[in-house]
Amino acid sequence: MQHFSDHPGEQGVAIDFKVNGRQVSVEADADTPLLWVLREDLEMTGTKFGCGIAACGACSVHVDGQITRSCSVPIADIAGKSVTTIEGLKSADGTLHAVQQAWIEAQVPQCGYCQSGQIMAAVALIERTGSPSDEQIDEAMTNICRCGTYPRIRKAILAATGKAAAASAPAMGDA
Amino acid sequence: MADNPNPDMDVIEPAAPPRKKRGIVRRAFLVGSALLVGGGVFGVHWSDRSANARAKALTETGNDHNFLSWMKIAEDDTVTVYSPHIDFGQGTHTAMGQMLADELDADWSKVKVEQAPADLAFANAALGRGFLADTSGVPGVINALPNAVMAMLARSMPLQITGGSSAVRFTGQVGMRVVGASVRLALIEEAADRLGVPASELTTSDSKVIHAKSGKSLRYGELAAGAAERSLTGSPELKTRKDYKLIGKPIPRIDIPAKVDGSAKYGIDLILPDMRVATIAAAPVRGGKLVSVDEKPALAVAGVEKVIRLDDAVVVVAKRYWQALKGLQALSPQFSDGSHGALSSETVHAAQVKLRETGKPEGEAGDGDVAAAFGAPGARVVTADYRVPFLHHAMMEPFALTGHYKDGKLTLWGGLQDPLTTRTRAAEAAGLDVDAVAFNPMIMGGGFGRRFPNVTEIVDQIAVIAKQVPYPVKLVWSREEEVRHGTYRPQSSSQFKAALDKDGRIAAWQADYVQSDTAEGEVTFIYDIPAVSRRHFKYQSNQNDGPWRSVNSTQFGFYNESFMDELAKEAGEDPYQFRRKHLAEGSRHRAVLDAVAKRSGWGTPLPEGVGRGIAIVESFGTIVAEVVEATVKEDGRPKVLKAWAVVDCGTTVNPLNAEAQIAGGLIMGLSSAIGEEITLDKGAVVQSNFNDYEIIRLADAPPMIDVHFIESGAKIGGIGEPGVPPATPALANALFAATGKRVRTLPLRDQAKV
Repeated sequence: MQHFSDHPGEQGVAIDFKVNGRQVSVEADADTPLLWVLREDLEMTGTKFGCGIAACGACSVHVDGQITRSCSVPIADIAGKSVTTIEGLKSADGTLHAVQQAWIEAQVPQCGYCQSGQIMAAVALIERTGSPSDEQIDEAMTNICRCGTYPRIRKAILAATGKAAAASAPAMGDA
Repeated sequence: MADNPNPDMDVIEPAAPPRKKRGIVRRAFLVGSALLVGGGVFGVHWSDRSANARAKALTETGNDHNFLSWMKIAEDDTVTVYSPHIDFGQGTHTAMGQMLADELDADWSKVKVEQAPADLAFANAALGRGFLADTSGVPGVINALPNAVMAMLARSMPLQITGGSSAVRFTGQVGMRVVGASVRLALIEEAADRLGVPASELTTSDSKVIHAKSGKSLRYGELAAGAAERSLTGSPELKTRKDYKLIGKPIPRIDIPAKVDGSAKYGIDLILPDMRVATIAAAPVRGGKLVSVDEKPALAVAGVEKVIRLDDAVVVVAKRYWQALKGLQALSPQFSDGSHGALSSETVHAAQVKLRETGKPEGEAGDGDVAAAFGAPGARVVTADYRVPFLHHAMMEPFALTGHYKDGKLTLWGGLQDPLTTRTRAAEAAGLDVDAVAFNPMIMGGGFGRRFPNVTEIVDQIAVIAKQVPYPVKLVWSREEEVRHGTYRPQSSSQFKAALDKDGRIAAWQADYVQSDTAEGEVTFIYDIPAVSRRHFKYQSNQNDGPWRSVNSTQFGFYNESFMDELAKEAGEDPYQFRRKHLAEGSRHRAVLDAVAKRSGWGTPLPEGVGRGIAIVESFGTIVAEVVEATVKEDGRPKVLKAWAVVDCGTTVNPLNAEAQIAGGLIMGLSSAIGEEITLDKGAVVQSNFNDYEIIRLADAPPMIDVHFIESGAKIGGIGEPGVPPATPALANALFAATGKRVRTLPLRDQAKV
């Protein structure tokens, strides 16, 4: 097990949990949100801080397979659980997850800051529904993207699940 | 563990001044004669080798050779392009690389684009020149620059900023392409000498110089050392459109892979050894000062190490962000209100109306005798008032800037739009010489006009904070701090009056606009009307205003294009046809409008309750017309069903990315139209986070956006911003078509509910 015990807080407690399949032990104030433990203690900065109130979804991760906005979950609640972050989506040999590949194929990101959370939300949606309908995409994909990449997000989700994206895809030029 | 965001240019040591004479440092080259679009010859004069020498020192690593500051060729054929612009998602780096590599005939798989160091060696002459030469869409950006930079601009001086949709238009066209073409010629000359053949027998392709007769070829990497010693022409012939291999092609963006696996490092992601994290609360009422604060409650929080008092804010420094935030929340700082405590959005509006009615305009534009037209017999006079609120940028990455003050030098890391001014500004705030300040630009999680160093306090804040602690410190603004202390698009209002003649043509157009800067330069008035008077009144609230994606074009676009729709209604004409007859025959504007009408099936029947709206706005040298199909949901709020955009930006450098920029801009315009609003009460911003500042979500964004480009070959226009302005009026006009309700005050929310 890997220990992260350089935590300076005097009221820190030791929390054991799994991140991307790796067992870790972190000493942190019990109310510290999972987001900040990931970013600052584990130095896994792929999960982003956007709002701190679970409104934007930039911090989305999976906790025991459930989509979770990590800015609003205290680390104490994570003890014994298994967390998957954007860094853990790749397979062991480094191959990108099908959703990540679809994201590149559809050229989704612009500034890219929200995309870790968008991808985690999309993966959870696909794991839950198999092949989501447009309505299910509308309902599940509530993360904010300020650059306005929504049409390509929809296209990438449909493509990742093998659906032709023609009806929903942004049309291109003279094509 | 140190987290190096940019290994090739990690810490840019504050180097010695490039020359003894302070103040004026010439750039690598000056642009000479006029720009010929497409192909032809640019007059470029390479001058002053000192900047180039500096760039060489900053970029060469031993087995590579810098050319003209902006590129280097390594012996393994890798071409590295240094973009002086910041890429905050608009695809600039990819476009810069495409433009240079096309002229160079480089193998794209071996081209890298990197952020140029924040150094005068990379200051951007092409940009300054473009700003000076182009009158159609940049004064707002220039206004956002401090006087020192304005003065420099006037002398075509150091510019390394990103804004005004300028990168491709100026740097790419006048800089990158010329550099690529010149270096290609030097490589050919070098190959001619080595092979002992005339240069005229040589061709280039895929990073090789080829002699077809003998079947011999030499790689660019083999030729680089010799070519770098040659003198370069300042006026190479550029390719014409038919020879483009990369320009105009849908090349995947180079920055995207790192943005899907979490590896891209944004400013907020920086972690340095021994780093502390700080967070801040500024006076809730802008203009207020910190009166008093008892530090003890914060210092009692585990991990909190220090409370720092600034003139108008209090800062808590801790080992971790969460601890700093808890420490800050434990404090009860007292702030003054700077005597703005009575200000509200309504008092701002009342003051604007009063100014418009009784004050003196700061600026006036237009031709013709408006008064005579209004008094003409048979003239039908139409009036309307419009109003828009302050808007927050809502870049998804909250502001974060790291500073480390050591041995009299300050090093900064983070994402800001203008690296050179960041250094100047930080130096001023820290009381240091500018050469004692280094800035390492990092990836930005959105910008939209928010990240100019002179319209945000964070540069000054980090400079002051870093000087008070012996370790690196990352200042992170909470979302609440960012929402409440933005540099907003200004609250603004307008009054319109027009006269229709008996043929239903506009005989006179009078518009009075009030906002915090007189932004006439931002709007290109496109309609052909015999008498026009546009007056600008200036009203400044206590808030900081700044450029918001497309600067002032969103509010002017909403005003002008809403009023055109109202006039069409009054004239009893179709909104598309009415606009069309006021646009010059054969004009690019008319072609764009016609194309969007055609593609959207304008005039075809729609289901009950669904309306179509159209709008056309020219900004940053690009003409965009948009059509929106929308309905009103049960809760009274708009639902956008489909949208179309037709764009004439002259030439698209990367259609795949250009489409994303226009579609994203359109969605941002819809978002601001539907729900975004910053309001003031008792002098302070009411909203605090994404729970009360409403950004459009995927479900409400149109699933279908058809973006079409007209490749007119006209002077290249911007692409990052011009998609935004037509969206808001197109939606308001669509709601009017659907419901008969005209909404003149934004945001729309449920105002169109019948």
